[in-house]
Amino acid sequence: MTETQAGIQAAEEMAAVEERSVDSAVSLRGITKRFDDVVAVDNVNLDIADGEFFALLGPSGCGKTTTLRMIAGLEFPTEGSLTIFGDEVGTLPPNKRPVNTVFQNYALFPHMSVLDNVTFGLRMQGVSKSEAKQRATDAIAMVQLEGREQRKPSQLSGGQQQRVALARALVNRPKVLLLDEPLGALDLKLRQQMQGELKSLQRELGITFVFVTHDQEEALTMSDRIAVMNEGLLLQVSDPESLYERPVNRFVADFIGQTNLLDATAEADNTVCLANGVRVAVDHDLAIGTKLALCLRPERASVVADADGDAAQTTAGHYLPGVVKRVTYLGTDRIYDVALDWMELEVREGNRPGSGRFVEGDRVNVIWEPDSVAVVPDDGSSTGADRS
Amino acid sequence: MTAVGPSVEPRGLPRFAMRANAWLVYLFFYAPIFLLIVFSFSDDRLVGRWGGFTLRWYGEFANNSEVQQSLWVSVRVAVLSTLVAVVLGTLAALALVRFRFFGKKVFDALLYLPVIIPDVTMAVMMLLFFTRLFDVLDDTFGLQLAKGFGSIVVSHVAFNISFVSIVVRARLEGMNETLEEAAVDLYATPWQSFRYVTFPQILPGIAGGALLALTLSLDDVVISQFVAGPGSTTLPVFVFGLIRRGVTPMINAVSVVMLVASVTLVVLSLVAQRSRDAAGSDG
Repeated sequence: MTETQAGIQAAEEMAAVEERSVDSAVSLRGITKRFDDVVAVDNVNLDIADGEFFALLGPSGCGKTTTLRMIAGLEFPTEGSLTIFGDEVGTLPPNKRPVNTVFQNYALFPHMSVLDNVTFGLRMQGVSKSEAKQRATDAIAMVQLEGREQRKPSQLSGGQQQRVALARALVNRPKVLLLDEPLGALDLKLRQQMQGELKSLQRELGITFVFVTHDQEEALTMSDRIAVMNEGLLLQVSDPESLYERPVNRFVADFIGQTNLLDATAEADNTVCLANGVRVAVDHDLAIGTKLALCLRPERASVVADADGDAAQTTAGHYLPGVVKRVTYLGTDRIYDVALDWMELEVREGNRPGSGRFVEGDRVNVIWEPDSVAVVPDDGSSTGADRS
Repeated sequence: MTAVGPSVEPRGLPRFAMRANAWLVYLFFYAPIFLLIVFSFSDDRLVGRWGGFTLRWYGEFANNSEVQQSLWVSVRVAVLSTLVAVVLGTLAALALVRFRFFGKKVFDALLYLPVIIPDVTMAVMMLLFFTRLFDVLDDTFGLQLAKGFGSIVVSHVAFNISFVSIVVRARLEGMNETLEEAAVDLYATPWQSFRYVTFPQILPGIAGGALLALTLSLDDVVISQFVAGPGSTTLPVFVFGLIRRGVTPMINAVSVVMLVASVTLVVLSLVAQRSRDAAGSDG
């Protein structure tokens, strides 16, 4: 990066700090949180629009929960400015903020009935007993728990407790609803069902949802926009499609879905040179000689028999020769682990009639269309080695 | 006896020896208590001789004004010292579990001290403390104070704080802290959060601690004897005095009454701590 470029970027960052979108539900400017020596959240700038279903995504310890807790007021930022609908709330205690939280393990009050749990927030705000009861009853109906008002939380299933937590927060008509891994404790089937319900509830109510998760699939399924965090830094904020198709760095590419990262070097004329010397044409605007990685999603590549090599090349795609090392049958798909002479690639082939069948030891070519790969700058961040 | 598992359960001689041991332990524990109860109903002037069934010693106990007076002192000391110890002990537990402050570890260790040090040591300490304190008060303010009801209450508060805070603390540590966060997130002020969420959650611990404090106070002989003054004899101290003056079987009756009272309180304390455990461990 040249000095001028750096200067321009710095100026843009300054502009971003100054500019504060009026219609932002939540706006973070230079938010940093330190716990003793540990920087949990590092200079985060973020705008969450009104009515948005927004996910904070990242591995555990990335700072996403701390960010959520700062919005809730359960932690105060060390530095920076935090506004909710334009009001500075930096060090305002949680009970003075127009937000409510659905906690990770629900945090229902065990000594209170479902009804008392749901009316709690209203009673604390001084809403009359009868009105509180009416609104709570409506909220309980909204989460389909009619008839269970007098139960204690311990008498409910995990899914039902989760609904009570949701009703208890939503009954207060918060301007922003914060959800801290709300589906983490549910089993897969229930989780998928609740994902759908949460999504439609949010559409119906039009309330801004800010949602913390470490499950990238969940984030992709539910969110309008996703912020990916790692080690306290905000790496990328975009809609699910751009996040998957155009990750900004290796970490994001690797964290969102499965991916093959092929090390390469930028060359002129929209060409990159792979680590084994093969040249591949791909659009990029990087300076010549820049280290980068090609992000090739397993489902974007396919495997063809070695004999078809010439044919594959003539279809304007690229190919890399290799040997099938392992075949995993998934029902809907087959996963081929193909060993090239310099790395291993994962290829996911749909299980359709007519699609090729290969076995271990077959000599094959891995092929892909030129527009199927994304270029990510090599910033030295995490590789796929530690991911399952 | 229930077997833990067939493969672990010893057989043959070891099995017999272990059973015999268990029975021996029970014998040592309960034979004296059994004898005490039996002889409290014995119609004979000698403590250890059976002379037929009677309730006469219980009647004498009920009619003895000295006994009643000391019982009344005991009850007042127990209730008062428990009330004070519950408030202070609970606050200490809250401070130790919820806050970080300078000297926390030292405070924590010191809080356990009255549990660990022998009663006699504590008693001598207290005696010394009150003697010096009253001297100083007399010298500087001309206050004429004497050991008595007040000094007993203060001494009992001193050791009861430890027991209350230990019990409350255990309860508090078992409580899910997120509940308090949820309360303030739902617009509760810190006070409301304590009043409606924390307090109901730790109430069984507080009740258990209070009953334990009550028992300890009612049972205490050593410390009370050291710091007591004229007219402030507690029941255990009075009973102890009776032995020296010459024993009548009334002592058996008094002991049985105290035993029943203590056991009842301890059982209530355990019940209080166990109740709502299901609710407390959940969430």
